[in-house]
Amino acid sequence: MKIIVPIKRVVDYNVKVRPLGDQSDVDLNNVKMAMNPFCEIAIEEAVRLKESGTASEVIAVTVGKSDSQEQLRTALALGADRAILIESDSLLEPLGIAKALANVIEAEAPQLVILGKQAIDGDNNQTGQMLAALLNYSQATFASEVVIDGDSASVTREIDGGLQTIKVSLPAIITTDLRLNEPRYASLPNIMKAKKKELDIKPVAEMGIDTSPRMELLSVELPPTRQEGIKVESVEELVSKLTNEAKVIS
Amino acid sequence: MSVLVIAEHDNTQLKPATLNTVAAANVIGGDIHLIVLGHSCQTAAEEAAAIEGIDKVLLADDAAYENQLAESAANLIKSVSNDYSHILAPATTFGKNVLPRVSALLDVQQISEITEVVSDDTFKRPIYAGSCIATVKSNDAIKVITVRATAFDPVSANGGSASIDSINADGVSELSSFVGEEIAKSDRPELTAASIVISGGRGMQSGDNFHLLETIADKLGAAVGASRAAVDAGFVPNDYQVGQTGKIVAPDLYIAVGISGAIQHLAGMKDSKVIVAINKDEDAPIFQVADYGLVADLFNALPELSDQL
Repeated sequence: MKIIVPIKRVVDYNVKVRPLGDQSDVDLNNVKMAMNPFCEIAIEEAVRLKESGTASEVIAVTVGKSDSQEQLRTALALGADRAILIESDSLLEPLGIAKALANVIEAEAPQLVILGKQAIDGDNNQTGQMLAALLNYSQATFASEVVIDGDSASVTREIDGGLQTIKVSLPAIITTDLRLNEPRYASLPNIMKAKKKELDIKPVAEMGIDTSPRMELLSVELPPTRQEGIKVESVEELVSKLTNEAKVIS
Repeated sequence: MSVLVIAEHDNTQLKPATLNTVAAANVIGGDIHLIVLGHSCQTAAEEAAAIEGIDKVLLADDAAYENQLAESAANLIKSVSNDYSHILAPATTFGKNVLPRVSALLDVQQISEITEVVSDDTFKRPIYAGSCIATVKSNDAIKVITVRATAFDPVSANGGSASIDSINADGVSELSSFVGEEIAKSDRPELTAASIVISGGRGMQSGDNFHLLETIADKLGAAVGASRAAVDAGFVPNDYQVGQTGKIVAPDLYIAVGISGAIQHLAGMKDSKVIVAINKDEDAPIFQVADYGLVADLFNALPELSDQL
């Protein structure tokens, strides 16, 4: 079985992102970049399926600028066999990303596509579901457990009230939630080996698909700040403040 | 202009987030229709028809929609989409699962988790875990939108008398099927609907210690939540998680216990009316957003708090 894992280069989760001075966009000058955390979980799941003998090949794919090769190399160091960069001069919206990924997936014909449930930059939570729609594949989002069984997969999903298990026919799109697995770290020998693995570059402009933006970013601002509170000295004082001042308990 | 709101329900009752989503539709304006898709869900449809300000309810009652799986649900919603300028769903795991699929079928770029309607094509939404608020304008013919429930006050569940029009199943897919579910049973209110939430973090040290929070929750009629750190450590299930990648809550009172206050957690609770932080580290970032901070060992403070309530 062949597995494709789309990944994304994002601002490292430890960075506090701020608007540019003119509020036209976020300020991404000189910030640390990393692979989106949910994508690391997706790579890990695919690599485990390969290690258990279920999968034969794991291909990491991303849609982005040339610098996204860095995250593809990380994916290769974590165990992906080869990588494809769908190169774009500008950062695409989720719909455009899904169209570009669909183009590669149609050519590669994998049985499974595993990707993160959301990227921590735009917090959109869209790409996997859109990809499933464009390819007319089944979808299992927010997965906490994946069991492959012949030509279908049984997937346990994290839903608001608890857990739901569904059976999806392959090929399927699975998006990862936090508890699916705990991703490994890349070892130094594997990082060295990853440099020699195959990394193809396909310009998105040559795919003949419409990835033009549908949205305009009008402004980016800081959220309203909360007024600074006070420290109380004791539980007794806390209860008194909540009862008499804030009036939120009685 | 007319707005289609996708109702969330369990075939018996509407989920409260539907009322907040209708509130966002009200700000957009125009006729508002609700679609209820499910099986043996007549009571949910009747509840939908009673919501204030609804003009019509579309009811798709068919065994194919019993579990509201994304493939069939998206095809059905697409089939009725031509009549609408906007399609809205709550930004719950249900809405997040189904709506992007609808959006791609319509060749539309969805606008996720809006917190404000600026005009019928312009919306505000948090990005980067709520570190920034983006104002975006959609140029698509149909606007496909998920709504952050906590950002809109719910409309009244009564006072409406909309007609209920039955529609037939359309585009039923057999790509996926329902196997089972484990829904946590609790006498406490649902996390996203509770007026008081008490959450624990890594400082709780174990899942067993969450009973200290539960005792207080039961006295206050509160829901119990957790930080991602507590979920990752295996103390509590994922549906407890409050934050960027979990649930968004905005109760009247949020009590954060043993939670340091990473931006990813703040993203899920910083719109709460009153925030209390109990942490033994006086430099913990959670104190920067807390209205009332108590620097104390939670293992002393929680039993004391319980006694005084």
